[in-house]
Amino acid sequence: MADRTGPPLVEMRDVSVSFGGIKAVDHVTVDLYPGEVVGLLGHNGAGKSTLIKCLSGAYRMDSGEILIDGQKAEIHNPRDARRYNIETIYQTLALADNLDAASNLFLGRELVTPTGLVDDAQMEAETRKIMARLNPNFRKFQDPVKALSGGQRQSVAIARAVYFNARILIMDEPTAALGPQETQMVAELIEQLKAQGLGIFLIEHDIHNVMKLCDRASVMKNGQLVGTVNVDEVTDEDILGMIILGKHPHR
Amino acid sequence: MAEANASGAGAGRRNIFKTLEFDTRLLGMVGAFILVCIVFNVLTDGRFLTPRNIFNLTIQTVSVAIMATGMVFVIVTRNIDLSVGALLATCSAMMAITQTKLLPGLGLDYGNPVIAPLAIIVGLLTGGIIGAFQGWIVGYLTVPAFIVTLGGLLVWRNVAWYLTSGQTIGPLDDTFQTLGGIGGTLGVTGSWIFGVLATLVAWAAIAQARKARINHEFPVKPVWAEGVLMALSAAAILGFVAILNAYEVPTRVLRRSFEARGETMPEGFSAGYGIPYSVLLLIAVAVVMTMVARRTRLGRYIFATGGNPEAAELSGINTRLLTVKVFAVMGVLCALAGMVASARLSFHSNDIGTLDELRVIAAAVIGGTALAGGIGTIYGAILGALIMQSLQSGMAMVGVDAPFQNIVVGIVLVFAVLIDILYRKRTGDA
Repeated sequence: MADRTGPPLVEMRDVSVSFGGIKAVDHVTVDLYPGEVVGLLGHNGAGKSTLIKCLSGAYRMDSGEILIDGQKAEIHNPRDARRYNIETIYQTLALADNLDAASNLFLGRELVTPTGLVDDAQMEAETRKIMARLNPNFRKFQDPVKALSGGQRQSVAIARAVYFNARILIMDEPTAALGPQETQMVAELIEQLKAQGLGIFLIEHDIHNVMKLCDRASVMKNGQLVGTVNVDEVTDEDILGMIILGKHPHR
Repeated sequence: MAEANASGAGAGRRNIFKTLEFDTRLLGMVGAFILVCIVFNVLTDGRFLTPRNIFNLTIQTVSVAIMATGMVFVIVTRNIDLSVGALLATCSAMMAITQTKLLPGLGLDYGNPVIAPLAIIVGLLTGGIIGAFQGWIVGYLTVPAFIVTLGGLLVWRNVAWYLTSGQTIGPLDDTFQTLGGIGGTLGVTGSWIFGVLATLVAWAAIAQARKARINHEFPVKPVWAEGVLMALSAAAILGFVAILNAYEVPTRVLRRSFEARGETMPEGFSAGYGIPYSVLLLIAVAVVMTMVARRTRLGRYIFATGGNPEAAELSGINTRLLTVKVFAVMGVLCALAGMVASARLSFHSNDIGTLDELRVIAAAVIGGTALAGGIGTIYGAILGALIMQSLQSGMAMVGVDAPFQNIVVGIVLVFAVLIDILYRKRTGDA
């Protein structure tokens, strides 16, 4: 269970983002403790992805602040986010289809030989190691990732997030394109990572998965935060009410 | 039944290539090139595949081939550069002015050994700076590369005109001229030494790659396959050297060079040309660019950005700066190509490099570079340049009228891309 005695691992405080006059995220505050999964819920266009992209460095927020371990963090681009051990699995997976699994896994953080050249053999070896853990059936180490199935591509994206000792993991609908067996694999992985003390933001549409995987759920509607609830204190209907009607169950 | 047999044989052949880990696309291009050579050789009664013609083909290809290697990076990152021919002209003009006006004006006499290096440095800086500037407009100001370089085509072509007042500038420095082709070659012994060294390097690279895979306990090719690969690379390198060495310097040229040194030529003396310096330069460019593409972070990021720009950006790659770098490299290569082209002519002319942008793009595309980005090889672009040049000079030798030459080259370009599309559809790597 999450340890909530210390400062939160991440606190996004009073964050606003607007695109050409439209407030995509409107004064939203969410937090995340180590060993916890926080679900981010809401309709398409509710602002979940925009909010989370501020944390991963893909967007810049207009106002508000991000605290990591209680300290103010400056995140202006994806490289900054990686420095804070924030890893993201994007809904689109963000893989370069023309490159192989190892090149994608280490993209932007290549292993190099003493002469400064990329060390493909070493990277392939590391990729084989982590894949043996995540997806033992994975064999296509030489092929470009466009030749892989949806589940295999997903495991490359997950491997990339997990390999670099993430402390904060953002998963944007990680199971949307997966079959039941692969979905189960991702669920087990989330449990495992949680037990290791990672904090996970999970953007998820499937209410069943939310109830199963998340400790807390923050619901957004029209760019605003409806509220944050402990999942074991509410029912499916309560959460659906928050998403659809924007109605907080305890008020 | 017959069909089953045929497909069975086909599968067997594929397996051999698979074991050798040959790029089937490369095989296709080499096959096309050999076919072009054989056809022209028959049509010209054996004049096409003579050492002399192969030598000439090689030196004619160098300028376009050098630029084509840079165009691969440009196109792989989903850009285009239409200004390369014009940029070549500006670089060539700068180098010509530096060596014939600027440096002599500073008191460096004609024939001074530092003239050529200084002129080349000026040319490389010109190319690099202009390339980086165009890349900055594309990357940071987000003007499409097509527009920036279309504008660049007009600008740099006419900057070159303005700089030289449209005049032909020459003769260029003697040392500089040795970089043009026939004026500067390694000679027979030097070429053999180079060939043997190159073979040893190729063998070492094959052995090294195998060792790395064994160290990591990855599957490796059977030993015989590595042996075949080594034999083929040696045959290709040494065969090429042998052909260039077989092209003998005409007796009158030899006699003149002996007379220039105040000696008389011994009776029956002969000498081969060997590898021209310009071809050595192309080989060096090809090796460096291949290393950049495959073994450096820059190369990895170029291909990642071409494959998925958004993913590259989310991986922390500065794709804007990358664009600047790619165009800067292209500019430097234009300068090198301008150096070879003007040295070959022995002067700078106002129309140097005209239409080269189209030849360079065609070479890269025939060589398998996909305009959609993310796919392309350096060796492919060089082979593409060689195929284009072979077609052009082959047709000239056969006596095809100039308009038909260009018509054929145009059709071949479209046809080559069509074949590539069909090939990719069939193998599924779209």
